[in-house]
Amino acid sequence: MMAEIQELIWIVLKIVAIAIPLILAVAYMTYAERKVIGWIQVRRGPNRVGYLGLLQPFADVAKLLLKEVLIPTQANKTLFIVAPLLAIAPAMAAWAVMPFGAGLVLADINVGLLYILAMTSMGVYGIILAGWSSNSKYALLGAMRTGAQVVSYEIAMGFALVGVLMAARSLNLSEIVEAQAGPFWNWYWLPLLPLFIVYWISGVAETNRAPFDVAEGESEIVAGFHVEYSGTTFALFFLAEYANMILISALASVMFMGGWYSPFHGIPVIGPIFDLVPGPLWLFAKMAFFLFCYIWFRGTFPRYRYDQIMRLGWKVLIPVTVVWLIVESVMIIFKIGPWF
Amino acid sequence: MRALRDFVNSFFLIELLRGLALTGRYLFKRKFTIEYPEERAPQSNRFRGLHALRRYPNGEERCIACKLCEAVCPALAITIDSAQRADGSRRTTRYEIDLFKCIYCGFCEESCPVDSIVLTRVHEYFMEKRGENIINKPELLKLGEMYEAQLAADRAMDAPYR
Repeated sequence: MMAEIQELIWIVLKIVAIAIPLILAVAYMTYAERKVIGWIQVRRGPNRVGYLGLLQPFADVAKLLLKEVLIPTQANKTLFIVAPLLAIAPAMAAWAVMPFGAGLVLADINVGLLYILAMTSMGVYGIILAGWSSNSKYALLGAMRTGAQVVSYEIAMGFALVGVLMAARSLNLSEIVEAQAGPFWNWYWLPLLPLFIVYWISGVAETNRAPFDVAEGESEIVAGFHVEYSGTTFALFFLAEYANMILISALASVMFMGGWYSPFHGIPVIGPIFDLVPGPLWLFAKMAFFLFCYIWFRGTFPRYRYDQIMRLGWKVLIPVTVVWLIVESVMIIFKIGPWF
Repeated sequence: MRALRDFVNSFFLIELLRGLALTGRYLFKRKFTIEYPEERAPQSNRFRGLHALRRYPNGEERCIACKLCEAVCPALAITIDSAQRADGSRRTTRYEIDLFKCIYCGFCEESCPVDSIVLTRVHEYFMEKRGENIINKPELLKLGEMYEAQLAADRAMDAPYR
């Protein structure tokens, strides 16, 4: 009995150790986003609250939490409140199988990749329910767009990940990373370059970020699925969106960029020097790069039209992944390069 | 041929990478931001801000109640009443400007034959109560006294072009 309780406490502590830094990362992601977009637009970004504006996210959080949670009279109250929870829960739960370093993982399960795919697909329920239960035409339009978009891009994303699991011969995320052990040319981004790019594009679409942010579409449908949300409920959607972004970045690092390995792992002389840096830091550095790309894209690309999104998803990304899966199979059969 | 080139450009993301390179360059440019309360943008000496009524150096008010400014005002923001003063000269008894109506065109200043009504460089002012948007003669004269040095300098700088 004691042993089980101890085990339980350990698990709870590990969850806290993942969730709290994740929420902090979300807070500073919003700060980084405003800063970088400001720089791109030749502005300075927030710099008033605290040194260099570093306390800005906390001011924003305090503002959101103190605001009233408005529920429209015609809304379906239960679903209206449940929707943000449905959006945030999978975004947090998916982190359970994320390997931060060798053996540094909350749940080292063999179907990790499948679990991640299931969890990221669940997130769309929150958005669709939010749009529907608000009983607002803009919210409904935003929800419909998201539904169609996420479902379409999930196919390309799934195919891209099939390529990874063909190469690694495992669904366990830790084993996928270990299969990439070695310097940066050993990582899967090189042999699976088209799949890597397709995965990244679908990942951006999956999280409804610019240039695929038709779900929000400020210019035509105000704020999309979350027009009617305010205060804490809005904060939850915000948290979910950014947690998903960080998740997709982490997955891209784990799946294609060698997870916790340093870029020079395994090279004689310099390899061991770079290995002195702990693995999780390498992973965080890679995630930071992908998160920066998210912001960079938002600062660069105009929003896709709805039909362009569908065309890109179905007519470009899916054929590309299928073709490259065939190429990859050939590479595996003939054992090409250091990868297979 | 053109279609092929366009296809290659978009399929291999060349267009997008070009866009990213552009924003990437802008990321490191010097920022234009002026941190307002501490730093200010330079102001022209012809800046048109809050109004003021000036006095002559001997303390006599310049305004002779000719009502040209009232006539020229396109927003009908100026209201003037006049009467004869004890010394026989014509002076305003009422000179009011509705700041909500005013469009800061500067016609009043240009029409004024005695350089009495002027626009100062003040642009940071506010009203706390309803009705404070209408400023009357004593207030305008006070503003004139407060900013006289600046106003005289600005007018002197602009004199060659008038």
